[in-house]
Amino acid sequence: MTIFDPMLPRIARTRRRRRDGPAVWTLDIEMAEGGPPAFAPGQFNMLTAFGVGEVPISVSGDPADPSRLVHTIRAVGPASTALARLGPGEVLGLRGPFGVGWPMEQAVGRDVVVIAGGLGLAPLRPALYRLLAERERYGSIVLLYGTRSPEEILFRRELESWRRRLDIDIEVTVDHAVGDWRGHVGVVTTLIPRSAFEPSSTVALVCGPEIMMRFAIASLQDAGVADDAIYLSMERNMKCAVGLCGHCQMGPVLVCRDGPVFRYDRIRSILGAREI
Amino acid sequence: MEAHGLDRILREHRFFAGLDEESCGVVCGCAKNVRFEAGEYLFRAGEPADQFYLLRHGRVALEVAAPGRGAVTFQTVGEGEIVGVSWLIPPYRWTYDAKAVELVRAIAMDAACLRRKCEADHDLGYEMMKRFVPVLVDRLQNTRLQILDVYGPNG
Repeated sequence: MTIFDPMLPRIARTRRRRRDGPAVWTLDIEMAEGGPPAFAPGQFNMLTAFGVGEVPISVSGDPADPSRLVHTIRAVGPASTALARLGPGEVLGLRGPFGVGWPMEQAVGRDVVVIAGGLGLAPLRPALYRLLAERERYGSIVLLYGTRSPEEILFRRELESWRRRLDIDIEVTVDHAVGDWRGHVGVVTTLIPRSAFEPSSTVALVCGPEIMMRFAIASLQDAGVADDAIYLSMERNMKCAVGLCGHCQMGPVLVCRDGPVFRYDRIRSILGAREI
Repeated sequence: MEAHGLDRILREHRFFAGLDEESCGVVCGCAKNVRFEAGEYLFRAGEPADQFYLLRHGRVALEVAAPGRGAVTFQTVGEGEIVGVSWLIPPYRWTYDAKAVELVRAIAMDAACLRRKCEADHDLGYEMMKRFVPVLVDRLQNTRLQILDVYGPNG
């Protein structure tokens, strides 16, 4: 068995690149040597644009598909912009996977409410693949997705295809719309009271901008979901990804090592704290 | 529709859940059944807010006309929810358009009638306030979140 140094990027190549929204690109990656590393839904990799920088990016692909590693990237800074521009065959570095993922086993036998905001759908997509692949192991599955406008809906074709299934409820809302959009308009939290799930036996998986997650938590609590059944994926400035450098420290936890997925009751006191 | 039918519909509507029988009867005197085809407007900005609507079926888009952009939908409202809070506050004018996205069935409440009854019976007025204030607060919070543009590049 090959053991990789977690601090040393492995060489990878972009196999395919597709646009998934304004400034959002999804890359299919293959390793230069060996297969892609196995990952758990919710984990992330450190991707290197050589000569530019390294950034943490959640895996957005199917954990059951060993042939490719998929990452969805929003081009915001120099490193993410350089990565998002990589065409087929171009080289990048990859370390990982790192971190604690979504509680797929704890959710078995329970209703699962997945709440995603904007690009937050990307780290949740592997969990959705798993939920749908093992559909009989879970109760009701509800996906509530909010984004800025109809043009910015991520993984649109996949959402439409999942919507045709009869065993998952999917609601999409946008913050504002012009033209012929006939779906919901309003913040994603407005969908929570309208959704059918049993609060006492629900696990909620939430990912999106931190402010949106705080509002989502409040709505889930109003609906009767317990704090220890709410899981969040946190985003911080991760550098080493193995809990050494402290860049991603959030109070007593290191997001790269102890997260990025946290049970809400374990970070309740530090979520939203001004000095962290 | 006969009054007792409306009374039952009102009582079953989420917005009036828990309202006592007597108050429900009083409110019912201001109510009537209405329907709007897809694309039809319930009201337009600037018109007097002389009615509000309890939605029973369908979806309504709340829109603001933005120069150069056309009608911008900032919220949709669906079954079990209400359309219109401007009837509560002077000068009782709509500040946005409300358009049926699909066939809408609703109970229209005569706002002047209900305001009169609330003035005459403050217990009823307080019951109405208890139902409308959370709607206003929710919409204020949601608007705050929308203004923050959390999904934008700086979100």
